[in-house]
Amino acid sequence: MNLHEYQAKEILARYGVPVPPGKVAYTPDEAKRIAEEFGKRVVIKAQVHVGGRGKAGGVKLADTPQEAYEKAQAILGMNIKGLTVKKVLVAEAVDIAKEYYAGLILDRAKKRVVLMLSKEGGVDIEEVAAERPEAIHKFWIDPHKGFRPFEAREMVRRAGLEGNLNKLAQVLVALYRAYEGVDASIAEINPLVVTTDGQVVAADAKIVLDDNALFRHPDLAELREVEAEHPLEVEASNYGFAYVKLDGNIGIIGNGAGLVMYTLDLVNRVGGRPANFLDIGGGAKAEVVYNALKVVLKDPDVKGVFINIFGGITRADEVAKGVIRALEEGLLTKPVVMRVAGTAEEEAKKLLEGKPIYMYPTSIEAAKAIVAMVGGAA
Amino acid sequence: MILVNRDTRVLVQGITGREGQFHTQQMLAYGTKIVAGVTPGKGGAEVLGVPVYDTVKEAVANHEVDASIIFVPAPMAADAALEAAHAGIPLIVLITEGIPTLDMVKAVEEIKALGSRLIGGNCPGIISAEETKIGIMPGHVFKRGRVGLISRSGTLTYEAAAALSQAGLGTTTTVGIGGDPVIGTTFKDLLPLFNEDPETEAVVLIGEIGGSDEEEAAEWVKAHMKKPVVGFIGGRSAPKGKRMGHAGAIIMGNVGTPESKLRAFAEAGIPVADTIDEIVELVKKALG
Repeated sequence: MNLHEYQAKEILARYGVPVPPGKVAYTPDEAKRIAEEFGKRVVIKAQVHVGGRGKAGGVKLADTPQEAYEKAQAILGMNIKGLTVKKVLVAEAVDIAKEYYAGLILDRAKKRVVLMLSKEGGVDIEEVAAERPEAIHKFWIDPHKGFRPFEAREMVRRAGLEGNLNKLAQVLVALYRAYEGVDASIAEINPLVVTTDGQVVAADAKIVLDDNALFRHPDLAELREVEAEHPLEVEASNYGFAYVKLDGNIGIIGNGAGLVMYTLDLVNRVGGRPANFLDIGGGAKAEVVYNALKVVLKDPDVKGVFINIFGGITRADEVAKGVIRALEEGLLTKPVVMRVAGTAEEEAKKLLEGKPIYMYPTSIEAAKAIVAMVGGAA
Repeated sequence: MILVNRDTRVLVQGITGREGQFHTQQMLAYGTKIVAGVTPGKGGAEVLGVPVYDTVKEAVANHEVDASIIFVPAPMAADAALEAAHAGIPLIVLITEGIPTLDMVKAVEEIKALGSRLIGGNCPGIISAEETKIGIMPGHVFKRGRVGLISRSGTLTYEAAAALSQAGLGTTTTVGIGGDPVIGTTFKDLLPLFNEDPETEAVVLIGEIGGSDEEEAAEWVKAHMKKPVVGFIGGRSAPKGKRMGHAGAIIMGNVGTPESKLRAFAEAGIPVADTIDEIVELVKKALG
């Protein structure tokens, strides 16, 4: 789950990372009032769950409260990569002497959290990583010992960061404590700023939380903003499906993430474009399949549906019953192709006999058939 | 066969829960030798004739245990795996999905240091065809045969096993290693076992996008593997996930993309199947 910059900074501050004073505004008037309160130059920053805000014009400096009003007015309502800006962070501007990068993420191969530190912070860190990986220094943290101050000091020296060694090291230690404390999957400070008067502050921050651990953090779980996601994804999650909206026109339903991904691959391979990913999970009953069809067919882009089932714990005849219920209720307004195999395959085929559902013995044949019915990629 | 056979004595952790009971019944029906179960607070009970203990320590004090399978809910699952490792159980199969990643980071390292092998989490388990099933897969699709199978996916594993069985090739042992970011055992940990298993004539790797397990496996195959290996990569058409911030892009670089995995397989001489049926064709071709 993504957090906004201001939420990430609140968390970091709680763990001892210095952040510039800042408050959230929903209107230009609020932005002006906050700027008046600070009485200094401020930066107005769009709070949306997307990267590249600066380059999109979502970050602006304001020297006076009136300017803060104008800049906030320009940013609020702005569309950044498909998302509307509904709030801005108004924060005291910092006088930058140095800009560094510090980030924590899981390294799957090493099975440890890795700290990445670079003296070349700022917006172009990804280019730095791609072109000169040696400019990014890494340290893999022992999960049982944690990240100790002496290790942090050694990292600061190794990466060649200039500024107060102890302050820089303290920020890194606090960043890891925050990462562990909130069960993050990513925690980044970019830029990590050394100011002209020698302070070390997190001028920008990003935290992504591990969804699996949200049960431990009910206060953070409440920060999820459902309106940012596609409405059908919200509806599907209410039914308990893993559903991802894609940009094609063939609805896909299957059991098991691997099989659904494989089905997407097949449809693409034969020239079609999937409209969604939908996994009904293991052991699904007829009602689940019925609900899945309801969600998929609600998508106006969908011109046909491909149901791909390999019965294991899921019984193919239960799937057939769900399809028949949808059919009888007049829900199936678009062609449906199906491939069923595995547990209760014969029973399923018997139930569907004579019904206007196109049955195919293999996944690839079913994929070709649905693509032919709806027309291939434009 | 690797890891498990009909003589493997199994403990079920979380045996009194809905999933635990259902799969205990399924495993018993398959012929799995289940000797005991554990559910804290339910010691002294019996599930399907299997005695239940409060702790793993008590279970191993009363029974010889070679492997444990875990159905404990996600918040307590990593702790259950640690309990099994501290009780000295050499093989731990963690079925539970949705375990917090940092729990796994800690548990994986500690379990390894204790000398136990962890399979999973979020995995379908292990099956040695027509011998024993320590997992949740539909046993009837696995016919005894010549091919070792390692997979990150659940349903696709069953598809592949069914296709291999129908083609008369069959499987030796199948290991579902799980799809989570941090898992106990990866492809390259299992390849040496299949390499030395006299019954296994070829190995099928069912991989997925993300991570670098396939790349590492390919390197191992190139350097050491004596038997033919056939690969498959799921999710090749999946749209690139929402950007995971700078850190995500940095650590992953070009690793984890379908292109990177296909290239690694090609360099190791591993033919890659585009469909499940093609897996069968490629295995047949490799075995001559």
